[in-house]
This record gives sequence, C-alpha cells and structure tokens, in this order.
Amino acid sequence: MELRPILSTLRRHKFTAWLLVLEIALTCAIVCNAVFLISQRLHRMDLPSGIAERELVQIQLGHIGKNPDAKAQTETDLAALRQIAGVKQAGLTEELPFSFGGSSNSGLMLEPRQQQPTVTVSQYMGQNILPTLGLRLVAGRDFQPGEYVDLDIALAALKTGDTKGLPQSMIVTRALADRLWPGKAPLGQTAYVGKGIPLRVIGVVESLARPNMLNKGPQYTVVWPIHMTSADGADYVLRTAPQDRAAVLEAAVAKLKQIDPNRVVLVKRTYDQARREFFANDRAMAGILVGVIVALLTVTALGIVGLASFWVGQRRRSIGVRRALGATRGDILRYFQTENFLLATLGIVLGMVLAYGINLFLMLHYELPRLPGIYLPVGALVLWAIGQLAVLGPALRAAAVPPVVATRSV
Amino acid sequence: MFGYYLDLAWRSLKRSPILTGLMVLAIGLGIGASMTMLTVLHVMTDDPLPGRSAQLYTPHLDPLPLDHKRRGDGPDASDNLTWPDAMALLKAHRATRQAAMAGGSMLVRPARADVRPFDVDGRYTTADFFPMFGVPFLRGSAWGAADDAVGARVVVLAESLSRKLFGADDAVGRMVRLGEHDYRVVGVTRDWQPSPLFYADASAKRYSDGDRFFLPLSTAVDQKLDVNGNFSSWEKNDADSRMVSPTTSWLQFWVQLDTPPQVAAYRQYLVDYSAQQKALGRFQRPPANAKLYGLMGWLAHEDLVPNDVRLQLWLALGFLFVCMLNIVALLLAKFLRRSGEISVRRALGARRRDIFVQLGIESALIGVAGGALGLAIAQLGLWSIRQRPDDYARIAQMDVQMLFGTLALAIAASVLAGLLPAWRACRVAPALQLKTM
Repeated sequence: MELRPILSTLRRHKFTAWLLVLEIALTCAIVCNAVFLISQRLHRMDLPSGIAERELVQIQLGHIGKNPDAKAQTETDLAALRQIAGVKQAGLTEELPFSFGGSSNSGLMLEPRQQQPTVTVSQYMGQNILPTLGLRLVAGRDFQPGEYVDLDIALAALKTGDTKGLPQSMIVTRALADRLWPGKAPLGQTAYVGKGIPLRVIGVVESLARPNMLNKGPQYTVVWPIHMTSADGADYVLRTAPQDRAAVLEAAVAKLKQIDPNRVVLVKRTYDQARREFFANDRAMAGILVGVIVALLTVTALGIVGLASFWVGQRRRSIGVRRALGATRGDILRYFQTENFLLATLGIVLGMVLAYGINLFLMLHYELPRLPGIYLPVGALVLWAIGQLAVLGPALRAAAVPPVVATRSV
Repeated sequence: MFGYYLDLAWRSLKRSPILTGLMVLAIGLGIGASMTMLTVLHVMTDDPLPGRSAQLYTPHLDPLPLDHKRRGDGPDASDNLTWPDAMALLKAHRATRQAAMAGGSMLVRPARADVRPFDVDGRYTTADFFPMFGVPFLRGSAWGAADDAVGARVVVLAESLSRKLFGADDAVGRMVRLGEHDYRVVGVTRDWQPSPLFYADASAKRYSDGDRFFLPLSTAVDQKLDVNGNFSSWEKNDADSRMVSPTTSWLQFWVQLDTPPQVAAYRQYLVDYSAQQKALGRFQRPPANAKLYGLMGWLAHEDLVPNDVRLQLWLALGFLFVCMLNIVALLLAKFLRRSGEISVRRALGARRRDIFVQLGIESALIGVAGGALGLAIAQLGLWSIRQRPDDYARIAQMDVQMLFGTLALAIAASVLAGLLPAWRACRVAPALQLKTM
C-alpha cells in the first residue's frame, strides 16, 4: 500500500484531519480514565465484608425515656428472638460492615506512649458477635463469658482510670495482624488504645470490614469484649437461612413490640439492603461513566462516518479516475481504511499522553491510583476497531463508484 | 437579508438531513449533559437566603491549644464555638442581631393515641434567630430574651409538625411532649428550609434536612438534650458537663451586621476578645486567628459540593468539548464542499462578511435546534438525578435562569463551532474555484 497519495491528500485537508485526530485523542483519553474509574468503583463495591451477608437481618430500636434496666431487657429480647422459628443466632452489634449510621473508631498503638497511633481501627462491640455475624476464626478463640465488660462499667473505669473495669483482650482481623506484626504470630501480642490501655490478641478472624472510612484500610477492625444494650444504640442482628429472612424480620419486629410497645423501630432491613444502600452512589457513578463512554464513542464514530462520507462525496471524480486507470474496488476500500487508520493512530498516540495527563490530575484531586499500563493498548485497540467500523460504510460506497464517473463532467 | 440567509441555511440543512441530525444530536447530548451538571452545581451553591445573606456573618474563634492536631478526616474543632464563648458573644451584643444554635433531634410523643411516637429534627437556638433569618410565622411568635434567660419550656413548631400533632387546630398555647418534658407552643412557622441549610453543623445533610421545631438553647442545655452534630473536645470532659465546658466546641453562631463599618468593628471585636482570652490564659493561639465569614464565604469555605459531582461536571464538559470538535470538523467539511456556491456568490458581489454571516446563521440554526434538544435531555438528566439517594437529589430542578442559560450555551457553542469553518470558507479564492467548476 502506497502511503504517499494518502498523506498528500490529508495535507490538503490538514485542518479537518487535525480536528478528527484531536477528537479521537480526547475520546481515547476520557474513555481510558472512565473505564479505570469504573473498575475502581466496581472494586470498592466488591470488597469482602467477612460476614455471612445473605443470612443477616438487622433491627434498630429507639427507646422512649431512660430504662433503668436496659441490660435485663436486652437479655429478655435476645432470649425471645432466639425462640423465633428459623433464627440460628441472635446478637447485638453497634455497627455492621459497609453501612451508614456512623462507626466507632480508635487509634491502635504498638507502644503505650506513642505520639501518633499506628492504625485507626473500627471496633465492634455488642453481644455474641462472632457466631451471629458468621466470622471465621483462623487462629485463637472467641471471648469467654468472664472476659466481657459492660459498656457503662468500661466508660466509668475509663473516667476513674481503674484498669479493672476495662477489657483486657481483643480479636483482630488477619489484615490488621499482618499490618501490626508482619511475619509474627499475632496471638498473645499486645496493642494499646487511648492513654496506653493494653489489649491482648486472643483470636484472629479471617476478615471483617469496617462500616465506613474505607480509605483507612477496609479490613482494619477489632472486636472488643464489651457488652452493649439495645438502649446504648446497638442493633439486634439475627442470622437465619437466606430464604427465611423476610419472615424472620417480621416475626422479630412483632416480638420486640410485644415485649415492650413503648419502643420505636428505627431501622429494620436485611443486610443485603444495607450494603446496597451503602454502595448506591458507587453504582450510580459507574452507570454514569458507562453512559459517558457509550455516548463519547458513539459521537466519535458518527463524526468519522460523517467526515468520511463528505470526503468520499468530494473525491468521487478522482476515485472514478483511479478506477478508470486500473485501481480495483479493493484498492479504493483499502485507501479509505488506511487513511482512517493513520488518523486514528495519530489520535491514539496523542490520546495516550492526554490520558496520563488526566490521570495525574485525578490523582492529585481525587486520591486515585495511577492508571495501569494495560488500559492504554486496550483503549487503542477499541478506538482502532471503532474507526475501521465507522469508515467501512463510506469506504464501501467509495469502492462502488463506477469508473465511468471520470468521463462525466459534474 | 437575515430572512434570506435563514432561508438559505434552512435549505442547506435540509439538503443533508442525516448530517444535520447528527450535528443537532451531538450538540444536544453535549449541552444536555453539561447543563444537567451545571444545574446541580448551581442549585448546590445557590444563595440560601436571597436579600438577607449579604448582612449575615458567622464569627469563628480559635480556642484550640497550640499542640492540637486535627485528626485525619475528623471535623475541624474550631469550626464551632464553645458554650462560654458563644454566651460571651451573645451578651456583648455587638451586632444588630445575634444567635447561637445547635441541631437537635427529639422524640415526639403525641397526645393522640392513633399517632405513634416519632423522631423529629429541630434546632436549639436563641431568640434573635427568627427575626435575623426572617423565619415566616403563621401564628404566634418567637420566644423572647426573657425565655432564653430562664430556660423556659416553650417551643416553636413548623407547620407540618403542628398539622401532624394538632390537625388544622391552632397549636399556639397547646402543650407538646418532647422527650421527657412538656413544652408550651408559642408559635407556628411556615415550613422553612433554606437550601443549603447554611447554619447547620458540618455533619448535617444540608440539602435535605430541615428544622421542624425550635427550642430555647438554654432549655436544651439545662436538660442536657441530645445534640445532632459534632462535639469536639480537646481536653478530657465529663459527658455531664461537656455542653458547658470551655474546651468543647459544638455551637454555631450567626450575627447580622448591616454596614461595612459595623463588619469591620465586629471583626476587631473578635480579635480583641481573643486577645483578652489569651491574656487570661484560656486561648493559646494568636488572636488574629479569629475570623468573620460572610454567609456565601462560609459556604465556599465549607465546600459543600461532593467530589463525585465535580467529577461528573468535568466529564460532562469534556463530552461537550468532544461534541464541539466533532461539529467543527463536520461544518468545515460541509462549508468547504460548498466552495463552488460560495465562489459564485462572491463573484456576483457578495462580500466576505456576507458569506461569513450567512454561514454563521446556518451554524446558529443548528445551535437553536441542539439547544432545544439539550433542554429536553437536561430535564431527563435532572429527573434521573432526583431518583438518586443523594442528599442534594431533591433540589435538582432547573430554574428560569438555567433554562435561558442552556439555550444561550447551545447557541454560543454552535456559533463558536461554526466560526472557524465559516472563516475558512469565506476565504476561498473565487477565481480558482470558478475555473474548476
């Protein structure tokens, strides 16, 4: 294929050709970054929570007035909830992975008197957390009844500085253990919170995600042996078979109202719902990005079709002359395809540079990682393919121009 | 001549309907996407109290110790005021009006048996709040300074809450049970919800939250009512006394200052107050850290627009730019193809300017059609945003200003896109073209 005639034609339409190149470049750059953003969102939405997601339902109660015996009431509630048909486990937790409604966090330190905490962890407290959430222990054990401390006692102890009322142990996730004690066995290690309160690791769970602030490390969580009551703002969580969830939720709400009608149900949902709500924004953003990509590629493809059609129309005479001089239909077809390939290549090269530029901007302003190299060749292939497909129609029309056109005057 | 050019443009566009449709579609999509996001940005950064916002200011002090460090993404502790500072500013009475406030959530226990108890958001504040922000009263009135002083158990209800509790009856003078106590209703306001809720704490959903009741701040502090918002302590405080602690910030404070000298005087007063507190040993940082923000300045400082929205705006504008490039290329090809026709007109005496105007009108026509399409697409886009769960979703509506803005942007974009092709086209050499015809 002789490139010179193509280049000399393009030189005569320098301006239009450059516009097309620029359009392809911008499209390439935006599409590469948009696909990357989508993959980031999908990755976020896909993060493991570590809990038995499809088996949990959650109920949060609002209490009217102060209940002097919140502890006894919580025990009554839990006992009643366990009686409901289909309930495998019932517990109480202050928070759940990936859900709105705040989180309780603290800084963990490796030394008692550290200036800055080593990691900021989110802590889970409540009752019966490991079996209810379905956490998988990979080392050590769950808390024993004697290890638990009541929240009000712990808070009072914190005020007086009395270490007796404070918890002594904790369960950490594997990711957190690897972060704090890389290469060492985490069981028996000690970390410190607050003003140097020591907590010894007695168990390691495979995974447990934090409710929010995922940028602090989605798996940096601990479980503390602190008993909470429903009046402290902790939620009842029930574990059941996936198909029983709706029925169990209804039965549980009815049961709780029956025990004490003077309470308001603030939240009742399956865990699936909570997680879906938490990632709703990411899902919407991914959808918008897909829309932008489709729209951009369509507009660019249509632009190529439009411009190629014009050029074919403009060059009918010269195509006829070439055909009369012995060029085959294939030659004409290839001519237009090569022309498009050249323009697309130029656009893609420029687009790669631009893509990196946009990525740098996003890294600066939106805490995004660097664009992985693989996006560039894939983006290039997609744009080449779209260019060739878009130009095929006009090129076929050009190839169909009969040689006799050469002898007609326009 | 304008009518003639319009006719020429119409004929030319009709000659290649697919290409015309393509250009209209491209500009419509680009404009639609851009205007959707610009409208969202516009409503998010809009003036919440037009007519009053220029006189409203919020003072900020810096009572933090020198070695205090802000924790990661935690709230800035000096964004709010402590109780002693707020009370000092309130008592000094240096502004035309001043009010301290904090958000609160209370459990309403209706007397009617058929309505179950429910939670409702409201605000604990001081008497000047109502005249300062121009809260419209339907019945009754605000409480007075005397009620603030004694921590009276009075409440102002919003219309919707009053209706829910008392139906169409006049609620003024009736009692309402909120949390543990009964309160006497002294006034009912219209459902009033500035957007954004500029006076709320940083933790509030400022586009969807609104206040349904108002209680005297002193009453809330006396009874240690729950506060919705950030409590930032920089020294150890008991849960019992943290509300009145000099090392816990949780209050928002707004003042009304009518004239520039008043603003300058208030600014100086804040610095003097800080210097005095520093002399007393309470403050450690330089007194010049005290700031006075205007309402719009404060909103800009708070930066309420989420990153996602900004990213979407950039995407939309990038898309519009690609669409414009597309149109420039297509128009250029289209105009240059008409070199023959243009040359004939030139040979018959048309000036370059005439050709330029003629082609400009043709691109403007595409812009008008694209703008109309863009308007429809933007409405669709805004509708889809209103379906989202975001805080700002509800307010994503186009106003008249944005409506005309859309059309103007569409026409400007297409005329701009047509400028270069038209300029190139009107510079073709007629003699050369005529010879080859």
